[in-house]
Amino acid sequence: MQFGIFTIADITPDPVTGAIPTEHERLEAMVEYAVQAEQVGLDVFAIGEHHNPPFVTSSPTTTLGYVAGKTSEIILSTATTLITTNDPVKIAEDYAMLQHLSGGRVDLTMGRGNTGPVYPWFGQDIRQGLPLAIENYELLHRLWHEDVVDWEGKFRTPLQQFTSTPRPLDGVAPFVWHGSIRSPQIAEQAAFYGDGFFHNNIFWPISHTKQMVELYRRRYEHYGHGSADQAIVGLGGQFFARANSQDAVNEFRPYFDNAPVYGHGPSLEDFSAQTPLTVGSPQQIIDRYMTMREHVGDYQRQLFLIDHAGLPRKTVLEQIEILGTEIVPVLRRELDALRPAHVPDAPTHAARVAARDAALAAADEPAYDDAYRFGTGDNWTGLTAEGGQRAQEQSLARDRRNQARLADSPAGKESK
Amino acid sequence: MNAPDATATGDRPLNLVVVAAGTSVPSSTRMLADQLTAATRDALARHGRHVTVTVLEVRELAHEIVDATFTRFPGDKLKAALDEIGRADGVIAVTPTYNQSYSGLFKALFDVIEPGTLTGVPVALGATGGTARHSLAIDYALRPMFAYFKADVVPTTVFAASEDFGAVTTAADENSLASRAGRVGTELADYMLRFAGVTAGAVAPTRADGGSGRRSEDDEFADFVPMGDLLGR
Repeated sequence: MQFGIFTIADITPDPVTGAIPTEHERLEAMVEYAVQAEQVGLDVFAIGEHHNPPFVTSSPTTTLGYVAGKTSEIILSTATTLITTNDPVKIAEDYAMLQHLSGGRVDLTMGRGNTGPVYPWFGQDIRQGLPLAIENYELLHRLWHEDVVDWEGKFRTPLQQFTSTPRPLDGVAPFVWHGSIRSPQIAEQAAFYGDGFFHNNIFWPISHTKQMVELYRRRYEHYGHGSADQAIVGLGGQFFARANSQDAVNEFRPYFDNAPVYGHGPSLEDFSAQTPLTVGSPQQIIDRYMTMREHVGDYQRQLFLIDHAGLPRKTVLEQIEILGTEIVPVLRRELDALRPAHVPDAPTHAARVAARDAALAAADEPAYDDAYRFGTGDNWTGLTAEGGQRAQEQSLARDRRNQARLADSPAGKESK
Repeated sequence: MNAPDATATGDRPLNLVVVAAGTSVPSSTRMLADQLTAATRDALARHGRHVTVTVLEVRELAHEIVDATFTRFPGDKLKAALDEIGRADGVIAVTPTYNQSYSGLFKALFDVIEPGTLTGVPVALGATGGTARHSLAIDYALRPMFAYFKADVVPTTVFAASEDFGAVTTAADENSLASRAGRVGTELADYMLRFAGVTAGAVAPTRADGGSGRRSEDDEFADFVPMGDLLGR
């Protein structure tokens, strides 16, 4: 199981001291959190993408690329990447670049953004939010899985014989999660592709999260990717820990009471009962997060929002330290032990490459060869017939595998 | 979602939910709500129907209503209250009049109700105030909001000023509080019987057609579309 932290890179005044970080300080702090996360043994660091104040994370691959250079193990991810307003061609390129430069330490979570006005900022129509998410991801998926793409859709200019570069590292695209809080269509989309489903439940009761995850799991099985309990699930969460639980409550309360998202509303106690927020000793946080699997099944990734509500940098670093040294080692050991053998562990690049190689061997397809494929699409000037033919063969083989999978699945049987 | 046999005619008691937004205990708003409830119960009894009454004192939900405004999900007590409204065959909504309108708290409750919850639902409106000079608040403030909800509001509404509670209430006075309440009860009972499918002539959605248009456990995913359709294949 993977554990990590995610940040939405908000600039929030510290309600206790009144201090407000500059944009520069906030960005530096985020990088420091990422480096610290790796040092204390966390698996994932993820950042959001927002294009409005008070956020400072408009260009995630810039930040993640820099973090990649300062780290060596931690997986870099997003929370979330705007599949609606980014050109899927640019997402394909940017994250394939990051995947190569980070040595395969990249995955993404697709999302639709935090604010309606983001659509016109990038030339899109807010009324088309869901159709954009569906069409853009279909294109992104093809750009990563097929060397040469012909494409025509509603929302962007057609592509003819286009090759997105660089091709994914080792021929395996970055793993994709689809993040959604309330949209069943996004759970359906994740299930259809056999991708992961991330429910950022930090503001929601577990009963709601459970319903969304159950839908995703049911549809994952429907589309023939495996049994429902093998679907790849991630959850959000948030906590504040001190050795003594009353110290944690006393220190965190003014931050909770004034937080932009939940301040001046429910009490800390009520909100803690209704959402995954847990404030107390490391053991209390372990106990709380041990229960999540009882609602959503054995899951693969748990991310924590840790630098919120205007908490000072020093405090956030302490929280990351507690998370990595006192909370996660226990959760990891206990949850990994509870997970049945047939339920997959969290996706990593190495594991996905191995699985791809095994699938090719099982299907009697030629082994993957990462020799440069001259002669892919038309945006390449050195077209050669042999290269194009190899790309086409691989594309056809992939189609055959998908057809075979769907034919064996409930989805395939139902349509007959 | 209830099984069809539980929602169609049959002999089940009808569900009447009473929303009372008074702030004191006891309040004149609750007194008016009780009077309208009794009148409705009597009218349904004349049709041989039992009624299950659930009274929601908004005061008791006040904190959770404000919380839900921020968190976008209801706490346990509020969730139970909203579920009751979602099952109602009829609603009596009574508010004190503040500044020629419903109280802010009354409005806040209806602000956290999911769209569609009240579509087609028979509703009787009442309001209380110091003097009869506030009486148009019902038609100028409450009725438009329930029109937006597409609720089926009965024609008669009751405004009760302080003096009404001390006035002559003989049947001879056709404008007495008791006679106005009786008229509301008769109208609401008729509307409820139709909405519940006991009598004919209901326009969908009704309680009788399995609750379509009404909030239910499954509605969270009511807009689910299979991926093949989303991709246009």
